[in-house]
Amino acid sequence: MIIKQLSVFLENRAGRLTELTGILAENDINISAFSIADTADFGILRMIAGKPELAEKVLKENGFAVKITDVICMTVPHKPGGLHRALQILSDNGISIEYMYAFAAAADQATVVIRTDMPLKAIEVLQLHKLELLKAGDVYQL
Amino acid sequence: MIWNEHHECMERGQLASLQGERLKAMVERVYFNVPFYRNKLQEMGIEPGDIRTVEDLKLLPFTTKQDLRDNYPFGLFAVPQQDVVRLHASSGTTGKSTVVGYTHNDIMMWAEVVARSLTMAGITKSDIVQVAYGYGLFTGGLGLHYGAEKVGASVIPISGGNTKKQLQLLEDFGSTAIACTPSYAAYLGEALDEEKVDRSKLKLRAGIFGAEPWTEEMRAQIEKSLGIKAYDIYGLSEVIGPGVSMECSCQKGMHIFEDHFIPEIINPESGEVLPYGELGELVFTTVTKEAMPLIRYRTRDLTRLHVGTCECGRTLARMEKCVGRSDDMLIIRGVNVFPSQVESVLLEMSETRPHYLLVVDRDNNLDTLEIQVEVEDQFFSDEVKELEALRKRIGSNLTSILGLHATVRLVEPGTIERSMGKAQRVVDKRKLK
Ligand SMILES: [Zn+2]
Repeated sequence: MIIKQLSVFLENRAGRLTELTGILAENDINISAFSIADTADFGILRMIAGKPELAEKVLKENGFAVKITDVICMTVPHKPGGLHRALQILSDNGISIEYMYAFAAAADQATVVIRTDMPLKAIEVLQLHKLELLKAGDVYQL
Repeated sequence: MIWNEHHECMERGQLASLQGERLKAMVERVYFNVPFYRNKLQEMGIEPGDIRTVEDLKLLPFTTKQDLRDNYPFGLFAVPQQDVVRLHASSGTTGKSTVVGYTHNDIMMWAEVVARSLTMAGITKSDIVQVAYGYGLFTGGLGLHYGAEKVGASVIPISGGNTKKQLQLLEDFGSTAIACTPSYAAYLGEALDEEKVDRSKLKLRAGIFGAEPWTEEMRAQIEKSLGIKAYDIYGLSEVIGPGVSMECSCQKGMHIFEDHFIPEIINPESGEVLPYGELGELVFTTVTKEAMPLIRYRTRDLTRLHVGTCECGRTLARMEKCVGRSDDMLIIRGVNVFPSQVESVLLEMSETRPHYLLVVDRDNNLDTLEIQVEVEDQFFSDEVKELEALRKRIGSNLTSILGLHATVRLVEPGTIERSMGKAQRVVDKRKLK
């Protein structure tokens, strides 16, 4: 249930992101989801990609600072209160979220990537409440 | 062990009067024998009689590397050519090389200061010293050679290079000490591994390394890979060669042999003499050298001097490892900034590496300083708040060392050129406007 997310340090300069996506394409690595957190000077690209170890290797070889972090991916139905319920469960169990981002995987549901410092506990409580979590294999192929 | 207790542990007042006597005699010698110095002193209205004590040193003019070049090859010699027994030259990276001459007494004095240096590293006549500095016009090889012979050690004059032979002699002859550049020492350590030399067969225990800048990190690495204690020796051919100063076993800076070489620290911009403990350019006056005495020679090396009796018993002043070259100094908002200061801050922080670039600019007539620091893979956090905290930490450490505000910009790894040169460390956009 733990998903390997790639985080890449990016300077805010033109063409840098294109360079990165180009490297991944050349190596036949698919990007399932991504988000960028940015400040005035730099950004952090976080993404779920196929073959995360290979992606880490080729990006490092091309001079990027890359880090693999553990996240969990949860499916949330497209209906009012869907996300709220999941977050309530985490908060009730004292699990704080460092950051999260969502992507639409199908018409009737969204997938949320969650970074927390207690991923195992989060998995446990979410499953207990019958929320659907994605397995690594599912996510990398999305 | 102290080679020359009388001179190395002299009471400071007594040392000052010895320096004063020697200075006075030296100024007289150059005034009457070196037209360059005579003209310079006359222009400043100074006569030899004006120099009576070491305090009067500050009245004298500086000598620069350019003066040596302008007087190429023998223009600064203070003795007739028949009294010169040795010539060395440094390969100038720019322009002509600089030539230095030695009389018989100079060679003896040089052997004496190197003998003192080797004794600091615990070397005695029972040692076998492998001199892996280059022999030739460069002063390293012969300088260490004569000093080691004076101590009475068995000297192996193998010179530099030929690594396989170096390793073979280390093993077969049982060398107990080696003298070479620190980068070559690091290389020898790697070669030991590659050649799979059995370290238990080696008797090596001390290394005397100098002639190029090296860090404490390198010291630790060399000590580990060669299984020795590594000592720092400092010198420059213009002053004598290796043996101007040397670390004792306390390793709290290098003791300068002040009875022969009087050190001063000056503000490289104004020439003003700075008190002990302050960072500035190191200047030497050689008071006993006969062939080519130098008055207030500007080394362009930046360091600090410390006095106070060392735990080893020596009273000689200690200089810190040089932190850079005065040529690299920048003036930003009136504050003197050396790129090496930035480097030292980054080296001290465990989460940064010294890969940086200073970008100086001018915004509304006010100088700005941006310091770009590479984000290292192993310290890269994927959280913005942690990277921001790192940026602030670097910034506040820099501000307190530099004495002015610097903006820190985190950049991707490998984007700053790897080089020791100034050109790659600093971009001064003010000059373009
Ligand atoms: Zn000492």
